[in-house]
Amino acid sequence: MQWAISVDHKKLALMYIGAGLCFFLVAGLEAAFMRLQLARAENDVIDPETFNQLFTMHGTTMVFLVGMPILLGFGNYLIPLMVGARDMAFPRLNAFGFWLFIFGGLLLYFSYLGADGLYGAGTAPDVGWFAYAPLTSRTFSRGNSTDYWILGIMVSGFGSMTTAINFIATILCMRCPGMTLMRMPMIGWMMLVVAFLVLVAIPILTGAQIMLLLDRTLGAHFFDPETQGSAILWQHLFWFFGHPEVYILILPAFGFVSEIMPTFSRKVLFGYPLMVAATVGIGFISLGVWAHHMFVVGLGPVLDSFFGATTFLISVPTGIKIFNWLGTMWGGRLHFTTPMLFVTGFVAMFVIGGLTGIMLATVPLTWQLSDSYFVVGHFHYVLFGGTVFGIFGAIFYWFPKATGRLLDERLGKWTFWLLFIGFTLTFMPMHVSGALGMPRRIYTYEADRGWEIWNLISSIGVPVQMAGVAIFLWNAIRALRRGPVAGDDPWDAWTLEWGTTSPPPEWNFDRIPTCTSARPLWDRKNPEDPDAYYE
Amino acid sequence: MTALPANPEAAATLRSPLSRAKVGMACLIFMESAIFSAFLVTYLYYIGKSPDGPQPLECLELGLVLVNSACLISSSFTVVISVRALARGAMGAFRFWLALTILLGIEFLVGTGYEWWGLIEDKGLTLQSNAFGTNFYSLVGLHAFHVIVGMLMLVVILVLSIFGFIRPDRDHQRVDVATWYWHFVDVVWILVFTLVYIVGRVPQGAPAS
Ligand code: HEM
Ligand SMILES: [Cu+2]
Repeated sequence: MQWAISVDHKKLALMYIGAGLCFFLVAGLEAAFMRLQLARAENDVIDPETFNQLFTMHGTTMVFLVGMPILLGFGNYLIPLMVGARDMAFPRLNAFGFWLFIFGGLLLYFSYLGADGLYGAGTAPDVGWFAYAPLTSRTFSRGNSTDYWILGIMVSGFGSMTTAINFIATILCMRCPGMTLMRMPMIGWMMLVVAFLVLVAIPILTGAQIMLLLDRTLGAHFFDPETQGSAILWQHLFWFFGHPEVYILILPAFGFVSEIMPTFSRKVLFGYPLMVAATVGIGFISLGVWAHHMFVVGLGPVLDSFFGATTFLISVPTGIKIFNWLGTMWGGRLHFTTPMLFVTGFVAMFVIGGLTGIMLATVPLTWQLSDSYFVVGHFHYVLFGGTVFGIFGAIFYWFPKATGRLLDERLGKWTFWLLFIGFTLTFMPMHVSGALGMPRRIYTYEADRGWEIWNLISSIGVPVQMAGVAIFLWNAIRALRRGPVAGDDPWDAWTLEWGTTSPPPEWNFDRIPTCTSARPLWDRKNPEDPDAYYE
Repeated sequence: MTALPANPEAAATLRSPLSRAKVGMACLIFMESAIFSAFLVTYLYYIGKSPDGPQPLECLELGLVLVNSACLISSSFTVVISVRALARGAMGAFRFWLALTILLGIEFLVGTGYEWWGLIEDKGLTLQSNAFGTNFYSLVGLHAFHVIVGMLMLVVILVLSIFGFIRPDRDHQRVDVATWYWHFVDVVWILVFTLVYIVGRVPQGAPAS
């Protein structure tokens, strides 16, 4: 009850992260079933209809109910603590947003039970996470499964938007005395840009979903080509949301890396101003690249080249970040604790995913590779190797702050290596099967195409990853019960959240902190050599 | 829900010249603009691409809608006058101009409803008839929905002030921020009007290429 009525940003954040992790287990299970079915050719563990539901629910869940809430949850936890405020700008709005997210998630999952009304269970959405028209029209998608998809995402989307408003207001209005924008921890900038992207992109999806709902329930003609509607329009609207969405999912993880890496390299973040510029640049450019998801539609050479070019352009600021992180590690005293392992893994995996992204931005190449397993490989390198690794790094890093207990390092390293190896086993071979022509979203395949071995390796990776996650869960439970006490500042870090107790009191700081540089705790610990001197 | 401990320094968090309420409202308006742009762009996309059924030129007449628009736009001015009155502490004038604003908003809604009734009964234009009908009712309806939301805010303020909960010194800035939303609804109407009644009334029915 204490938790259910709470408006404390820390409690809400922990509930966000906890709920997100639960959905992570569910969506992971859905993926495991798909890999089981694809482990060998002409398998028949899972029938085609169920397979469609599995990949739809897996993708939708991972994006909207795992990635978004966990990342926004970290924003919720960290922003007030790191800018030295007592809470978010609008605490009650914050709680409202959280419960919208929970309600939306439950609504989506309720479809497993009752999307056909009284007629039968087991009718989860099956139109793919991007729900292309005209597959979503009444004619092809009967029952109410697609309506559940629309409403569940729409409701949780409103939750994200209220959270974004809160982020912006908190960052702009509630920073402690002395914390100018350019002294704000890097993660603050990342969250600011993410909140901006949420406010631009999610409403477009909401608008498109309202139109789709009108099509389906009131007989409007937005997207159904049979009745003058345009299926392409849905793609434009969806991807205008969809591409910024992938940056919404990666920028907070960039933030985690930018906080964790300096701490364990014992150096300041390399090139802070450039990092800010790159982040803002990515925010803007990411609004102008959406049609790189539509190269096989036939938009014509002009549009194709334009969107190919903007996509290449966005890899420039992205590359700047990579070099800044390498610059941070360069010459530092590196401590490979578990969080550091995860963020280092992040950088490596993200570079691979970024490179396959650039390959896919090459129009003629994408004509071959689009909708193949190569694309699946690409986005899992950025979303799993990127976002999820970042999230694990963040969990290991801030768990002691949030709970006052340290996670076990030995088990943590097991988690990292099992996840890393399992991840590589599962997703690296997808580039090969994709290049060999295997389309995505097929429930089975014939034996003589040369795809079997790659699929088998992919499937073998799954239990390895599951073991890693299981060890993590055990580690967390054990630490909560009888983990060693963390103390206020176990990593000897420099940002404000480590200057209060672990866990922090409800009001965060007994006295509102002040800061004179980008590393307030460094200044406090080394009064003889404060950063302010060099700024 | 524990209250923060009384602490004289709590105010120190508010170092920034920006007020939370203003930033929050600006963000809300920004987000709403994004929703509207999805519908506006879609409307634009479908202009001239709706060959069958009732056409904009034969359905839409400017008479009534101009009256409605005049009411809505002048309500932006009345609301400004009302906020100024509040800042001066003239509660009577504040309530009068606020009530007038609400009445103008009601006229807009009733007028729109009357127009829709005519369109449905006489012209046979419905959401289902063609792409034009779909877009027309969605866009204008979305806007009307926002007028209702904005009006509810104003009604709440009016009721609060009648019961004496609004104090000029303390609340006039908050009320001012709330009226931003009303101005936003007005500005969007200017865009919708231009698109639907001016740009969109080009002759249609040319075979879609
Ligand atoms: C250098 C940066 C990147 C480039 C150049 C890039 C490029 C591309 C291109 C061209 C596609 C379309 C492939 C096709 O469907 O034919 C694509 C798909 C995708 N990308 Fe990226 N990308 C980049 C970074 C990211 C990041 C950071 C994320 C997420 C964190 C991401 C997530 C995705 C997803 C989810 C898809 C597939 C969507 C779908 O069809 O379901 N990408 N990328
Ligand atoms: Cu993209």
